[in-house]
Amino acid sequence: MPALIQHPGFSELELRCVEEKLVCRESQVSMLLSIFGEPQQYSYPSVFIYGHAATGKSFVTQTLLREHQLPHALLNCVECSTSRLLFEHILNQLCAHSPSPDNEFSSHTRCDSFNDFIRLYRQLADLQQQKSTTYIVLDRAEALRDMDANLLSGFLRLQELVGGNVTVIFLSEIVWDKFRLNTGCFEPLIICFPDYSKAELQQILSLDHHPDYSADLYASYINILLGVFYSVCRDLKELRHLAALNFTKFCEPLVKGEAKESDTHRLWRNIEPHLKKAMQTVYLREISRSQWEEMQRKEGELHLKGLSAHAHVELPYYSKFLLIAAYLASFNPARADKRFFLKHHGKIKKTNFLKKHEKTSNHLLGPKPFPLDRLLAIFYSIVDSRVAPTANIFSQISSLVVLQLLALVGHDDQLNSPKYKCAVSFDFIRAIAR
Amino acid sequence: MTTSSVSKGCFVFKPSSKKKKTTSLKASDYFHDGKADSQNSESRFETCQSLWQRMKAETERVQEDLNTKILDSLLEFARKSTASFQSKTDDWASRMRASEIPTAALVLGVNVPDHAMTFQSLSALLQESVTPYVVCLQSKECSALKQVLQKVLVQLMGHSVSVEDDDDEEDQPGPPPAGIPSRKMLCSMATLCGWYTAVTQKSASPSPGKKRLSSSKGCGQRPPVVVIFKDLESFTPRVLQEFIVISSRYIQQIPLIFIFGIATSPITIHGMLPHSVSSLLCIQLFQSLSCTQHLATVIDKLVLTTTFPFKLSGKVLQVLISIFLYHDFSVRNFIKGLQLSLLDHFYSQPLSVLCCDKQEARSRAKELSHEDCENIRQLPSFMRYVEKQEPEIQVQLLTSDQRVKDVTQSLLKELHAYHKNYYPVLRCLHALTSSLPKYPLGKQIRELHGICLEKNVWETEEYESAFQLLRMLAKDELVAALRTCTEILKCAKKLGDAVEKLEEFIERFELLDRCSAVVETGQEGEEELLPQKGLQKKTDLFQLQKSLLERESRRTKKLSKFELLRLAVLDCIDSIVKKHLLPPESQPLHEVFYYSSAGTLRRHLNAAPRTAIQTALNNPYCYLQSEALKSEGGAISNAAPDICIVYKLHLECGRLINLYDWLEAYATVVAAAEGKDPDSTAAAQLDDVKHARFIRAVSELEFLGFIKPTKQKTDHVARLTWGGC
Repeated sequence: MPALIQHPGFSELELRCVEEKLVCRESQVSMLLSIFGEPQQYSYPSVFIYGHAATGKSFVTQTLLREHQLPHALLNCVECSTSRLLFEHILNQLCAHSPSPDNEFSSHTRCDSFNDFIRLYRQLADLQQQKSTTYIVLDRAEALRDMDANLLSGFLRLQELVGGNVTVIFLSEIVWDKFRLNTGCFEPLIICFPDYSKAELQQILSLDHHPDYSADLYASYINILLGVFYSVCRDLKELRHLAALNFTKFCEPLVKGEAKESDTHRLWRNIEPHLKKAMQTVYLREISRSQWEEMQRKEGELHLKGLSAHAHVELPYYSKFLLIAAYLASFNPARADKRFFLKHHGKIKKTNFLKKHEKTSNHLLGPKPFPLDRLLAIFYSIVDSRVAPTANIFSQISSLVVLQLLALVGHDDQLNSPKYKCAVSFDFIRAIAR
Repeated sequence: MTTSSVSKGCFVFKPSSKKKKTTSLKASDYFHDGKADSQNSESRFETCQSLWQRMKAETERVQEDLNTKILDSLLEFARKSTASFQSKTDDWASRMRASEIPTAALVLGVNVPDHAMTFQSLSALLQESVTPYVVCLQSKECSALKQVLQKVLVQLMGHSVSVEDDDDEEDQPGPPPAGIPSRKMLCSMATLCGWYTAVTQKSASPSPGKKRLSSSKGCGQRPPVVVIFKDLESFTPRVLQEFIVISSRYIQQIPLIFIFGIATSPITIHGMLPHSVSSLLCIQLFQSLSCTQHLATVIDKLVLTTTFPFKLSGKVLQVLISIFLYHDFSVRNFIKGLQLSLLDHFYSQPLSVLCCDKQEARSRAKELSHEDCENIRQLPSFMRYVEKQEPEIQVQLLTSDQRVKDVTQSLLKELHAYHKNYYPVLRCLHALTSSLPKYPLGKQIRELHGICLEKNVWETEEYESAFQLLRMLAKDELVAALRTCTEILKCAKKLGDAVEKLEEFIERFELLDRCSAVVETGQEGEEELLPQKGLQKKTDLFQLQKSLLERESRRTKKLSKFELLRLAVLDCIDSIVKKHLLPPESQPLHEVFYYSSAGTLRRHLNAAPRTAIQTALNNPYCYLQSEALKSEGGAISNAAPDICIVYKLHLECGRLINLYDWLEAYATVVAAAEGKDPDSTAAAQLDDVKHARFIRAVSELEFLGFIKPTKQKTDHVARLTWGGC
């Protein structure tokens, strides 16, 4: 069989090895390899690779660089919250330096600015006498946009700035259009990693079959799994995780001797409701993996409640009223307050109708901010007994803010009537008011 | 002071030791109200201190007990996760699974300050039995990712220094600053990773002592790193997400375990973390005991017990409980309130010197001074007691100190005995009534206690209705309740006869059982059956009660043996209650043990700053106590402080206040105060001093938040409070 991926710079064997590892990504791999060229050749200054989560961006680049033993640095931009961290990580990796007690956990050299980075990089390149292209891979490159303004444009033309054989590869889940600076910059080569199709997912997932069972059985299991989950989840990692979690259940009839491997229909009937249940619970992380496994072992005797089932919050008496008052203040127009909360008002029937009418529309608009005075006024009118305006009442308001049940809107002046918003839903209020 | 130095400069003079002595007062020196003698106050202070120490120890023990269950399950969780980290076998399932970070979601209830203790004991326990590496993060220290990492690094590496000091000092002569994060060090997960591998390798290699230590801890050579997020709700979601994403990248190198402290409900996790992040976690839920249960236990162990002589009166208990239920749900604050009342009791009540254990109190009563005896005579409860005595004894009591001391001793003894009986009987009554429908005497024992403290419980309507319901109790329920009652009463030595009586009743009930088994086909049996069938159809509680009451009245003439017995047993219980559940006010000398100034407590614990400011401004006499300031009605006294005058004047204005008019009015009032004729031209003239005083008063009002400058109109200020025109 002739290899799909061909490249003059690398041996046949290496390419075969790469091909085995990187299934369903042949065209992208060959594209990348042709961009890389032979090790000594200069490559394109910057490459931008994008695609959804778990489409093999990082894996492909990493495997290629590792397999061909090209000098490289792999960075996760989320991890490097400051530019200093980013620079020092790159330099550390390029000179194979890692923080340890022997070097007092310090980095190779101190590097504060882009300018320093260029200088240090040049020094390093001179020192190492590297002929082949050095690759710097910036994973999750979207985080670069929030960092210093010169970072992105600097890395895009790093080759030009250092005057050496270096290529920067950006990996991101976002398209290039969202990166483009308004000052203009060097345009990188753009490669898209498309989502895996259902057939491709099937092929990849079937690769790691259980050693005790035949590959065909596992393939049919994956088929069932994809039938249930494909509509909600195409994330390869997540699917693998789910496949591993539920495989023991799938094999149960086989172990018990109730069915044979060829008995696909029976196996399907056995596993399908189970998978549906998994979709509602363990996939949403309502219950954890370990709890799910526990449940499988005990044959579903105990019914675990998910995280969302514990929605009830116990609040002190006045906190409840404060929260209800906040809700009323957020969703009722201020001009209606007099009608709702004043005792002696004749037109009750009409107001009831109006209230209902307004509520629906107000709910669509979301909570509106209200001043503290209004909150307290409504609070006093809905609490039956007289409440002294003690320090405790005010501290309850701020503790509600801390618990994120109320939200403080605009915090410029605390003395002068702070404004709040109610941050809980109607159902929550209803549960509290009960 | 002078120095011998020629040059100019700053010189430090240490205060001479003599001076120190005079200024430093002991805490007990503050402990008299100005009238009591020092000896008494000192012993009161000591009693108070020792009593509080005992109460504190007891609360700590109680809270520890309450937390054991959840802490144990958390420890179990940590151990299990550690084990799963270590058993990294190459089996198919574990290779295939995504490596999630084990996470415990710990729901602790809305009162965040109370959690501190739980976390403290949790981290102590973890360090003791699972891993030395525990990090506590608080949201206020972690506003950005950098700070989070910094905190983690500092806490972990700072810790490693202390460990090295203990175990292997000679092991590494090299870099001493291994633990202290230097300025050069990068605060990143990679650093942490490097540190972790270094530490674990070190512990794995030579020193046998350490190896034994770590293996005894049961966590092998790779103890997990536990990160506790104390208040999850207050963390910035972005920071949390980034931290989790980064940590999950290193989970293979460092076994991490997260613990989220959640105040509201576990849904917040989903609210804060998107699916892509929460899918990196393996979340398990742990729910702590509800705070009301917590409070019930604390009250049970601290208030409803004879262990501590100090007692709370009904009003005080109500204040404390209502603060808890209405305002904060904080057990810690409840205990603080208890401490405050204890302190205030010993401070304000000179006779509290007798508030101690029985033996001690007796010996102290023997050594009472004349003033103390006078104080005793002035106690209302003692006066009532004296009035009931024979005339000659009255005279003796009022004249002879020795006589007072003797009587005090016997009265104290009686009070102790009263308490010894009161609590078991209270519990017994609670056990009987707590399962009745609608809880006429309260669901919690504290409610019943509150009623009993206030008045004679048997005179209340609730008691009536409770006993009416009790008279309708079925036999097995009644017998079961009686059994628990006898169990409770057995604890009290002095209630032996009551226990005997109840046991006799139980026996008779059982006898009745056997008899009725023999004579099963009586007419009564049928009659019993018929109405019961009818009853089953009716589900309405009110209907049921009514019909039962009717039946009761209908059949008063011919009662079955069981019913007679039931009445007898309830009469017996009623008499026990009447004998022992007297309110403490009826006991002479109760003031020694009971703290009753609920007003003070409320003022201190439930402060009303706004009201205080308003009273101060409206009625300065209230605070300054100067005769000149006494005024009636709403009139402004001329001699009041400037700010009061300005405040009063501003009340008459609308939303916007013209500063110049205000100044004029102020000047007129002040001129009147100086005794000038307000109509004369000299008075109307402003001088600089008045102007300055006015400006100061206005800025003070602004500081207090009554007015603020406005741009709507020149030379005007806006009023921030309600009222006015």
